[in-house]
Amino acid sequence: MLVIKGLKVGVEGQEILKGIDLEVSAGEVHAIMGPNGSGKSTLAQVLAGREEYEVTEGTVEYQGEDLLEVEPEERAREGIFMAFQYPVEIPGVSNTYFLKAALNAIREHRGEPEVDAMEFLQLVREKMKLVKMDESLLNRPVNEGFSGGEKKRNEIFHMAVLEPTLAILDETDSGLDIDALKVVADGVNTLRQSDRAFLIITHYQRLLNYIVPDYVHVMVDGRIVRSGGKELALELEEKGYTAFEAEAGSPSQTAEPVTV
Amino acid sequence: MTTVADTQDTRTAWLADFERFARQADGEAPASVVELRRRGIQRFEALGFPTLQQEEWRFTNVAPIVRTAFRRAEPGSHEADGVTPAALEPFLYPDLHRLVFVDGFFVPALSDLHELPEGVLAGGLAQALEAHPERVEPFLGEIARTEEHPFAALNTAFLQDGAFLSIPRNTVVETPFHLVFVSTVHDQPRASMPRNLFVLGENSQSLVVESYVTLGTGGHFTCSVTEVEAGPAAVIDHYRVQQESREAFHMAMFQIHQERDANVRSHTVTIGGAIVRNDTGVVLDGEGGDCTLNGLYVINGTQMVDNHMRVEHAKPHCDSYELFKGILDQKARAVFNGRIYVHPGAQKTDAKQSSRNLLLSSDALVNSNPQLEIFADDVKCTHGSTVGQLDRDAVFYLRSRGIAERAAQSILTYAFASDIIERIKVDPVREELAEFLFTRLPEGEVVRQAV
Repeated sequence: MLVIKGLKVGVEGQEILKGIDLEVSAGEVHAIMGPNGSGKSTLAQVLAGREEYEVTEGTVEYQGEDLLEVEPEERAREGIFMAFQYPVEIPGVSNTYFLKAALNAIREHRGEPEVDAMEFLQLVREKMKLVKMDESLLNRPVNEGFSGGEKKRNEIFHMAVLEPTLAILDETDSGLDIDALKVVADGVNTLRQSDRAFLIITHYQRLLNYIVPDYVHVMVDGRIVRSGGKELALELEEKGYTAFEAEAGSPSQTAEPVTV
Repeated sequence: MTTVADTQDTRTAWLADFERFARQADGEAPASVVELRRRGIQRFEALGFPTLQQEEWRFTNVAPIVRTAFRRAEPGSHEADGVTPAALEPFLYPDLHRLVFVDGFFVPALSDLHELPEGVLAGGLAQALEAHPERVEPFLGEIARTEEHPFAALNTAFLQDGAFLSIPRNTVVETPFHLVFVSTVHDQPRASMPRNLFVLGENSQSLVVESYVTLGTGGHFTCSVTEVEAGPAAVIDHYRVQQESREAFHMAMFQIHQERDANVRSHTVTIGGAIVRNDTGVVLDGEGGDCTLNGLYVINGTQMVDNHMRVEHAKPHCDSYELFKGILDQKARAVFNGRIYVHPGAQKTDAKQSSRNLLLSSDALVNSNPQLEIFADDVKCTHGSTVGQLDRDAVFYLRSRGIAERAAQSILTYAFASDIIERIKVDPVREELAEFLFTRLPEGEVVRQAV
């Protein structure tokens, strides 16, 4: 589904991603872990189409097509979804209507008719239960005055309604209490299915107690320094990032391509 | 007035026109009005038209107004000018008390008042001066600061008609008044000078909407003064919606005098006009006064809008809130000048002022200037001013959910204005403004769906 080869990315002349190779297939959950500043959020942003980042080398293919040439809104319509680390407040635009506009844009792209009002309401109610979100947040402006936890839940709620093919969670777990964390995990686990993949970006191992990944990648200084199964997360928890940072520091160490 | 010439000549032409006007109009007017006119023309003669060298006018070039030879509007021509009920239809709101003014003159035949509570007067100023001078004369010319403002002085010199509302004490008028100021377009552009006065009795409540519109397209000049006397504990929601033609010139003074515990909420919306200046002022002249002044301007092309605010805290324990927002595209220009003046002894003043501008083009320009003059020591005065573009993070957030870039920009532009729009309590006014934005914004249909 997603094939990243030799991806190098910079912003304002500074190289952040220094050669990323990663392959994600349908039905898989990949976790990317790394310390602050390792470039893991940059990877998420580049996949979602953030224009401030400059891709200097490498390729990204999504469903067999060159993703880097595609506008962010087109990517969303093709099924890519990113849950933001810092969801943006949009005063004056109600959460429901925003979601409806988003859903209709995706449906139109697929050649489907606009969602019927009743049908939409039903869908929204069902998905709200999934993320245990208060119904009052539906009619409030997008993220405005939401608590940190509510904003993250709202991202998972959007994901649940839009039903993406590739969902990227950019540090969705950061700053969440255990209840909210479980809600996020439940949301992801419910949506896990054979034709959908997840890329979960996190600083902490904690989330992975609830979402069991198929693969774990450790990212340090713009490179994936280790890849493995779910046990890698535990190793990381034990040893800390410093051990991996030492590996990255060695010039002979280059990222091994991951084949899955 | 027929010639197009320099400033000196146009001033002379206005002075000559005043002589004609006074000969014809003074005979029918009460002595107090004649005196007001004399003072007005004297002040106009002394001040002359403003220039960019004057501090109060340094960003607003009125030369195009000064250079135009306007013909002063006169009463009684509405039928000849094609102002029929059908022609007015697009500007009207059903079910409101309606007062129609054509080129500044009250036209009862086009107006429509429903049943009003006892003692309420609503109609033309000229009529009221004749029938109820005791309810007009104590306030007329006593509120507006016309002495130092050349256009307000000019309006006073030619003071003849406009809107008059008088709400007795303890009276609630639930249905809003809709004052429709229609300007007509002619080969020789007209100048209309409506003079409005609203007298709100103690503990009364009312809603007033002033709409300024142009019948057809083309230039004209509206030079208006509106005075509001808000008695003790009076409550008023007031809206000024200026949607004249894009060639129109509009110089408006709006001045409120608030007694103790009076509560005034005013909204100034500007979407039309070529050169627009709103001088909005309030004097909080009794303890416990509360005043909210909101504003929104949405302009493009070469439109120019200047909002000059003057909030005067004369007595202690008064609150004032000012929130002005501007959306500027292409080569539009805006000025926001916010003066807050706290008199000695006006302790516990709480004054907030905020001016926010969204520039959709690199050619648009805003001059924002807060002026705080505080002569009391136990007060809270805050001001903030922002000028910026759409937030890139927000645009990206919307796009990442599948919404196209232009639609995302339009949604965020609407969202920027939405808090001002939502504060409008009169449904048709709010809906019409939202509708205007849907029409103005690219991808307005998407915005309509999304809000």
